[in-house]
Amino acid sequence: MIVDSRETSATLAVDGVVERGDFRLAVSATVAPGEVLGVLGPNGAGKSTLLRALAGLTGLASGTIRLGGALLDGEGVFVPPEQRSVGLVFQSYRLFPHLSVLDNVAFAPRSRGLGRRRSREVARGWLERLDLTELAGRRPAQVSGGQAQRVALARALAADPGLLLLDEPLSALDAGTRLDVRTLLRRHLEFFAGPVLVVTHDPLEAMVLCDRLLVIEGGRVVQHGTPASVARHPATEYVARLVGLNLYAGRLDPSRSSVALDGGGDLAVTPTAEARGSDRVLVGLRPSAITVHTVRPEHASVRNVWPGTIESLELLTDRVRVNVEGTPSALVDVTPGAVAELGLGPGQAVWLSAKATETDAYPESATSRHTAEVSRA
Amino acid sequence: MTRSSARRGGDHDVTGPASVPWPLGIPALVGAAFLLVPLAGLLLRAPWGSLGGLLTDANVAEALRLSLVCATTATVISLVLGVPLAWVLARVRAPGMTLLRALVTLPLVLPPVVGGVALLLAFGRQGVLGRLLESWTGITLPFTTAGVVVAETFVAMPFLVVTVEGAFRAADRGYEEAAATLGASRLGVFRRVTLPMVAPSLGAGAVLCWARALGEFGATITFAGSFPGRTQTMPLTVYLALESDPEAAIALSLVLLVVSVVILAVLRDRWLRAGSAA
Repeated sequence: MIVDSRETSATLAVDGVVERGDFRLAVSATVAPGEVLGVLGPNGAGKSTLLRALAGLTGLASGTIRLGGALLDGEGVFVPPEQRSVGLVFQSYRLFPHLSVLDNVAFAPRSRGLGRRRSREVARGWLERLDLTELAGRRPAQVSGGQAQRVALARALAADPGLLLLDEPLSALDAGTRLDVRTLLRRHLEFFAGPVLVVTHDPLEAMVLCDRLLVIEGGRVVQHGTPASVARHPATEYVARLVGLNLYAGRLDPSRSSVALDGGGDLAVTPTAEARGSDRVLVGLRPSAITVHTVRPEHASVRNVWPGTIESLELLTDRVRVNVEGTPSALVDVTPGAVAELGLGPGQAVWLSAKATETDAYPESATSRHTAEVSRA
Repeated sequence: MTRSSARRGGDHDVTGPASVPWPLGIPALVGAAFLLVPLAGLLLRAPWGSLGGLLTDANVAEALRLSLVCATTATVISLVLGVPLAWVLARVRAPGMTLLRALVTLPLVLPPVVGGVALLLAFGRQGVLGRLLESWTGITLPFTTAGVVVAETFVAMPFLVVTVEGAFRAADRGYEEAAATLGASRLGVFRRVTLPMVAPSLGAGAVLCWARALGEFGATITFAGSFPGRTQTMPLTVYLALESDPEAAIALSLVLLVVSVVILAVLRDRWLRAGSAA
């Protein structure tokens, strides 16, 4: 299959502020051609606002958006969406209900001024590339969620955009379809040579689809890095939750072997060389590295032992995640067998233990500091 | 006891459910009868035997033709002017929009005869605009077929505007945003996305507008008079024929009744769809 790519692909550079009522989003990022940047963040963090600003559906309050040499917004310039050549795949896809799949995809070529027949030819090419040919004559209401997602992608790509934006591309799908569509989407994104932004709050989606991640919380960028580095060393509690880690912020004590946690309590750690030099650190602790006991454990080898109360239990596929309230609180993974054996249930007093060697202490970065303080409050 | 008698009384009511309390059931029955008896009377008194001859009578046929032409022309004008007006009312945010909306829909509740007087004062030979129109083009509107179209448009267009405006308001703007990101100009978005999406309401509004124009009486007779073949539409013919030729009046009334029933049947589905979209 021939990869249809623009010969001239340009880098996206955004550095600006978007305001919507009381909400303020400040973001600065660059995305190279062919690169997929994942924008991760909780609801209301400003992810969709960022996409709307890039597409021209919302103006910047200050700053600039550039695509290659072209200034799209800022410095007194505002290029309206229809002149931006920015493709946006909406969360709910927004396929035109009154047009067939073919004519939905032919919409952009028609808007460029191509004739009806020529536009449909272009559209057929995209339907073929995305394995949608047999759906050409159907209405959007007659295709499945996964197919609608592909049609929306085909429609955006048929506009031959210089920048592609995907707003939570898989969130409208059920869990089963999501897996297939995610794999396909990764492959289909290779048809596009320009920069891509994918908004998501699904960590797996972010890991599979993206080359780099930008984490936004409360209108600010709190972390930026490769999926692996973000997953290993989350900068905020939100990211830690996403990747299934317990995360604690605190102050490394002078002995360099213990951290006084901001939320109370302390943890014995074995800090990395990098963390030894810093005062403020984050401590990551995997839920599977913590052990639950119904009585206080007596083994002296385990340095972290603390009491707590079970708040809730949640069955994951092959294990049970126990939410324990304590100082500090923690998520703990146990086997369903252990739950039965120990008779664990909400409201029960338990003891937790974790080896110092299981902790991962790393320096708190400047960007994460603010959020760490906020989430502590 | 009252309940059981109401239930027995309900046996006479073919449409109502059995358990209608009598203070509601009896007025409802009277109300329905009040609305239906006159129509039944029309059907009973209709000269079925001579109906064919009456309807092909030159005068009657002329009135029928004139009515159809004028109502259709008025509907076309209403579409051309009313759809953009509805769009502006629904989408433009400017001070005074609420007032403008109230004013343009005024003919909905204004007595048609007042509309006719207003039209005379504006477009009459001595009217503000009528005088200018005559001195520039030599055209006068009152008491002409064009005057009938003007009167019908004045009264009927608000029906279209109100229906379509509601649809524009209710239409999901998300599709318009999507169209813009795909490179469609604002006019392109209107033509290729907004308009097709409000098509059901547009159809309903046009039918409603046409029906209103077809039945127009007060504004027409005031502004355009009643000249056979020129301004004497069906409702006017019916009114005038009642004295001279009652059978013709009944025959024409039947035609208008049939048209109304057909429109009701056509609109029932569309109307509900437009209503649920709004």
